[in-house]
Amino acid sequence: MKNKLFEKYFVFSPYFWLVLFFFIPLAIIFKISISVSEWGMPPYQDIFLFDNGFKINTTFENYVYIFSDYYYIGSFVNSLILALISTFFCLLIGFPLAFYIATSNIRLRNILLVLVVIPFWSSFLLRVYAWKIILQNNGILNVILLNLGIISEPLQLLYNQYAVIMGIVYTYLPLMILPLYGYLNKFDLNLIEASKDLGLNRIKTFFKVILPLSVPGIVAGSLLVFIPVVGEFIIPEMLGGSDRLYYGKILWEEFFVNRNWPGASALAFSGIIILVLPIVIFQILYSRWSQKNEI
Amino acid sequence: MKSSLIKSTVIFLGLFFLYFPILVLIFYSFNENKRVMVWKGFSLRWYNELFNNEQIIESFIISIKIAALSATFATILGVMIGYSLVRIRKIPFKSFYIFLSSTPLVLPELILGLSMLLFFISLNNVIGFPSSRGQLTIFISHVTFCIAFVAIIIQARLTDFNKNIEEAAMDLGYNYTKVLYKITLPIILPSIIAGWLLAFTISLDDLVVASFTTGPGANTLPIVVFSKVRLGLSPEVNALSAILMFALIIIGLFYFYFNKKFKH
Repeated sequence: MKNKLFEKYFVFSPYFWLVLFFFIPLAIIFKISISVSEWGMPPYQDIFLFDNGFKINTTFENYVYIFSDYYYIGSFVNSLILALISTFFCLLIGFPLAFYIATSNIRLRNILLVLVVIPFWSSFLLRVYAWKIILQNNGILNVILLNLGIISEPLQLLYNQYAVIMGIVYTYLPLMILPLYGYLNKFDLNLIEASKDLGLNRIKTFFKVILPLSVPGIVAGSLLVFIPVVGEFIIPEMLGGSDRLYYGKILWEEFFVNRNWPGASALAFSGIIILVLPIVIFQILYSRWSQKNEI
Repeated sequence: MKSSLIKSTVIFLGLFFLYFPILVLIFYSFNENKRVMVWKGFSLRWYNELFNNEQIIESFIISIKIAALSATFATILGVMIGYSLVRIRKIPFKSFYIFLSSTPLVLPELILGLSMLLFFISLNNVIGFPSSRGQLTIFISHVTFCIAFVAIIIQARLTDFNKNIEEAAMDLGYNYTKVLYKITLPIILPSIIAGWLLAFTISLDDLVVASFTTGPGANTLPIVVFSKVRLGLSPEVNALSAILMFALIIIGLFYFYFNKKFKH
């Protein structure tokens, strides 16, 4: 049938592109991460040697090297902690916002939703830059605090881990609000009324009714914030100082400054295994499961 | 009464938090003083300097070109993926297909950028192409990670959309291709436009992947801006920010306009 040819064209054009330009590059990262490093260009040896018969020339030394050095592990742990704290604050600010937007009347709801997401469309880099202006020693925040008499001399707000957290929470907040809103929007508001009628107070209603029902939204939003933040490079570079090193920064320096390609590849591949793979597997299982249950 | 007060306060504070930095940036772009933080008076001086800054203008043109091209390619391929995942039953190694089309959504940009750069270098060693990196390699990388965003929009749209219309058309004698071009694509057109706008913005805004895959003659706007503000402040970048944020917010509103259509 004609359909067959047509379907093949639709399935295989993007398939071809993604295998060539996405899967093979990932495979190359893995290949270089198990190559023996040497001085030269490129700074690693081939994994297949043919000079004296065929020989496979691989090593796990690059992984041993990064996993036994506190410099690398410590930075990765710093990034995980940073991501955890930022996700927590995004949730703390995002949840009430998403909840109140979802419980507004329908016209207001759409306007508020657009208002919340629109800043996300403006340039990421420039939104981080805006915080650089706000947190300057003679920036607007210090000026306000000085005039209110809360502080007597300007605080050093920039170039430390707190500025980094601030910048991350600000730029990633819409990513938390959107999935939260998506789930809160579906849920039946009568349940809140019902639980009040049954005598539960506000706090109990929140913990027994609202929170359990919004768990999928919380999980989705947290993942959308947590994973990219672990690999974040720009925000620590612009707002952070030398008090803390992060995964993104050491990966960048390992490649561009130390020119240790196998080391950088091992760092990147470990990042994929630790962060991305569990989520991808979860997603595939989930989409299979939901397909089975619908059809 | 009391709870509605809390509600308005939360919403007001949330919106204030989101918009305050943008407003500060726009405010300072009108500062006459070269020292960004010291207010000297209202002036359009930095807008004038911005439009005479050849480096920024040139990089802006490069960025627009790459963004438009990669958004177009990513939209074509993304629509194909979205369509395949919802409408085509037999996809060989379907889990692998889903893996390829959804991983770029969660993969940290830094890892993606590194893998693309090492790929282009290896490719050059094997077949002698691309001999140097530049606009072409940025374009390829941007297409690769924008595809996933388009695919997810199209997939959502097609899942909602009533299959009966397609089947009715088929019963009336339309063949498969005709149904696609006369029925399915026109109905999902708003989502296709929304997907294109999203891909365009993502490409225009990308710094990390472009930094890895760039080469001589391919400094995109984010690369130039980053080099200017990495260590300090720049009054020209303030002026640029005000213009760019305004333009991007307009694009965002268009996105919502098109994407809203699919909800009804």
